[in-house]
Amino acid sequence: MTDQISIPSEYTAVFDEFKEKIQLETRVNFFGIVVSADDLFKVLQFVRNQMQYDFLSSITTVDDFPEDKIEIIYHVYKSIGGPEIEIKVFTLREEPHVPSCVQLYPGAEFQEREIFDLYGVTFDNHPDLRRILMWEGFEGHPLRKDWKEPQFEEMVKPFKSRWPEGKGVLTESVNPYNDNVQYPEQFDPRGFEPETDLAIYNELQKVTSDKPNSINTDQLIVNFGPQHPSTHGVFRMVAALDGETIVDLKPVMGYLHRNHEKIGERNTYLQIMPYTDRLDYLSSMNNNFGYAITVERMMGIQPAIRAEYIRIMMAEFTRISSHIWSIGFLLNDLGAYFTPALYTMEERELILDIFEAVSGSRMMGNYFRFGGVVRDVNEIILKKAHDLVYNRIARKTDELDRYLTDNEIVRSRCEGIGVLTSDQAIAYSVTGPLLRSSGVPYDIRRADPYGIYDQLDFDVCTRQHGDVYDRYLIRLDEIRQSLRILKQVLKQIPDGPVMNGKVQYNTKVPAGEMYGRVEGPRGELGFYVVSDGKPNPKRYHVRAPSFINLTSLAAMCKGSKIADAVTILGSVDIVLGEVDR
Amino acid sequence: MVENDLNNHVVGIPPELKNQVAVTSLDKIYNWSRSNSLWPMMFGLACCAIEMICTAASRYDLSRFGMEVMRPSPRQSDVMIVSGTVTKKMIPQIVRLYNQMSEPKYVIAMGACASGGGPFKEGYNVVPGVDKYLPVDVYIAGCPPTPQGLLHGLITLQKKIEQESIPNTRWYMKDPVPAIPVPLLGPDLFDPRKADLIYEETHRPIEVVEGVEQKEGGQND
Repeated sequence: MTDQISIPSEYTAVFDEFKEKIQLETRVNFFGIVVSADDLFKVLQFVRNQMQYDFLSSITTVDDFPEDKIEIIYHVYKSIGGPEIEIKVFTLREEPHVPSCVQLYPGAEFQEREIFDLYGVTFDNHPDLRRILMWEGFEGHPLRKDWKEPQFEEMVKPFKSRWPEGKGVLTESVNPYNDNVQYPEQFDPRGFEPETDLAIYNELQKVTSDKPNSINTDQLIVNFGPQHPSTHGVFRMVAALDGETIVDLKPVMGYLHRNHEKIGERNTYLQIMPYTDRLDYLSSMNNNFGYAITVERMMGIQPAIRAEYIRIMMAEFTRISSHIWSIGFLLNDLGAYFTPALYTMEERELILDIFEAVSGSRMMGNYFRFGGVVRDVNEIILKKAHDLVYNRIARKTDELDRYLTDNEIVRSRCEGIGVLTSDQAIAYSVTGPLLRSSGVPYDIRRADPYGIYDQLDFDVCTRQHGDVYDRYLIRLDEIRQSLRILKQVLKQIPDGPVMNGKVQYNTKVPAGEMYGRVEGPRGELGFYVVSDGKPNPKRYHVRAPSFINLTSLAAMCKGSKIADAVTILGSVDIVLGEVDR
Repeated sequence: MVENDLNNHVVGIPPELKNQVAVTSLDKIYNWSRSNSLWPMMFGLACCAIEMICTAASRYDLSRFGMEVMRPSPRQSDVMIVSGTVTKKMIPQIVRLYNQMSEPKYVIAMGACASGGGPFKEGYNVVPGVDKYLPVDVYIAGCPPTPQGLLHGLITLQKKIEQESIPNTRWYMKDPVPAIPVPLLGPDLFDPRKADLIYEETHRPIEVVEGVEQKEGGQND
């Protein structure tokens, strides 16, 4: 069956091993190999152990309703760079189940839980299969195609009710409860007892400290958040403590689950762009970048050359503003309340001025388009950028370096805390500054170049210890490398149009799938888009770096003190808009 | 400033005592002092929280208006700035935090999401506006509102406070201010206040119209 179609070179080893058990994907513009659920674990084991594809980038799911199947898609890479291997499993919509790969790739844990939550796919042998974004007891699996939200109007936007016909209708007023809710029939609200978080607490009760201890100690369970000043938003951690030492820790999330993917599947391609801004709201321009290149690759278009430079300029400014913010707030978490953050926010405001000048909004730019960017940057903005790059940010980086790097409190609170070894980091699918501070030189800008990064001169920074201190240092390093890139961009930026072709509001995207990824300030930001030729995507999935980085949080916190958990979380630098989507 | 804000203009003050003595009513001085020392709760939900932090930072400097003391504890704060998308999973905590705040207390819905759902309104986990549960005093437009927008909202709240009068305020009434019932997370979020309506809708008999089974009550598969 595989004789007619030539097998891509990276898959030949798998075919040699498994022969008839696997097939190449036959649909046009779809990639990868199809494996049966029974063989999945063996194939993944082979791919990981024999072929050194040790980095599981993303697991995602596509619901093929009305066909009776659900696809589960694995994107696996080598941590030394190179092409991907894409593995697909088909399972039935009624009681779908596949083997869990958490034993092979621990980084799959939260992603499998997310699929279980949103699609109802059971992962056999998963260590802790609970809902992750929605609460226990929620009715239905919301990302399934036949599950409709309470305010459902039509499958595709623009909704007819949004057309101006003289008067608008408040969407809640159509709902019998005048709210955004729906209940199953025969649901009795009187005397209803909600399912509580007891499952988490019971699970943590079972954990025992392995520390040799002469004194009899009681374990204590402490709950952080979701409203807590040091959880960077509405994140929640439940920690089991022995004295002050963390025995086990469970992150709880979903408090900012804004249904990004479900809304994305209703939107047209262009309408998704402003939503990507609100994913990781500290680096909006970078999210635009990732989504734009994914859809451009599907459409087979190239952005205008001046736009390429502008894009990189914006992406690197975003990286600087995000890193500078996270350094300030790491100090906040260390107890230096707000003063260092005020220092770092000064420069961030100036970067936001540039974003406001080009896009009209300080944070939510909505600046990128398929084939370029929406507006040109003028000389005044370029001059401002020039001044920032050559004077202000460079000086601010040195200032932070001078104040913080050798500061005794910073060093004693950060060195040796929250250590993640390079093997652990790869296994947990950790990306971004976290991975590089553990000594793995993996940067998408080099490993899988996009835009014009391959023409630019910069280094991939690494640090060796993988502790909180190194994560702080690597952010400083990366700011310096970003400045280096910006200097080249400002020097080389050519004249010309910023959009290729004419402006389109209704983008025609040919049927197919695409997994595009960019190096965001927090790590690998991936967009998995499946098109069936309609104006809206069939599936739109975001591989959120901070969500997957959190998988390693428990491993980093175990054995450290409760006060350090706050610092470790600060060094992971999560943004809840992206964790919960 | 004090003179204009506080003085009762019916009573003339001798020129030599101007700016040192003010003759005013209890309402006025009570509102004046309260409105200039609003303590917001340090409570960020989403993107708007970033702009809220920027407002508190050096460039926009919230402390010029007496609001720089952000308190993470609801017991110590006067105004809750709901800064971001209110999700169904989060609203029980928000209502509980509001109940824990001591009177007098105010709510500012910052941004489109908190005011009415914003771009995420159609989402299955989004509460379309925090005013479904909490009494909102000031709505601020924008996605996210600029720091200037937030400052304007807070100044609007100050003006609102200055209109208040001690005999009419709810926290000086004889009866205690009732707490808002905390919504529960069932098959969907539900408001205990609407329990009867929900029961009625979910137990409605299925109507058969021309052989087609039509479900009632906003329920679909």
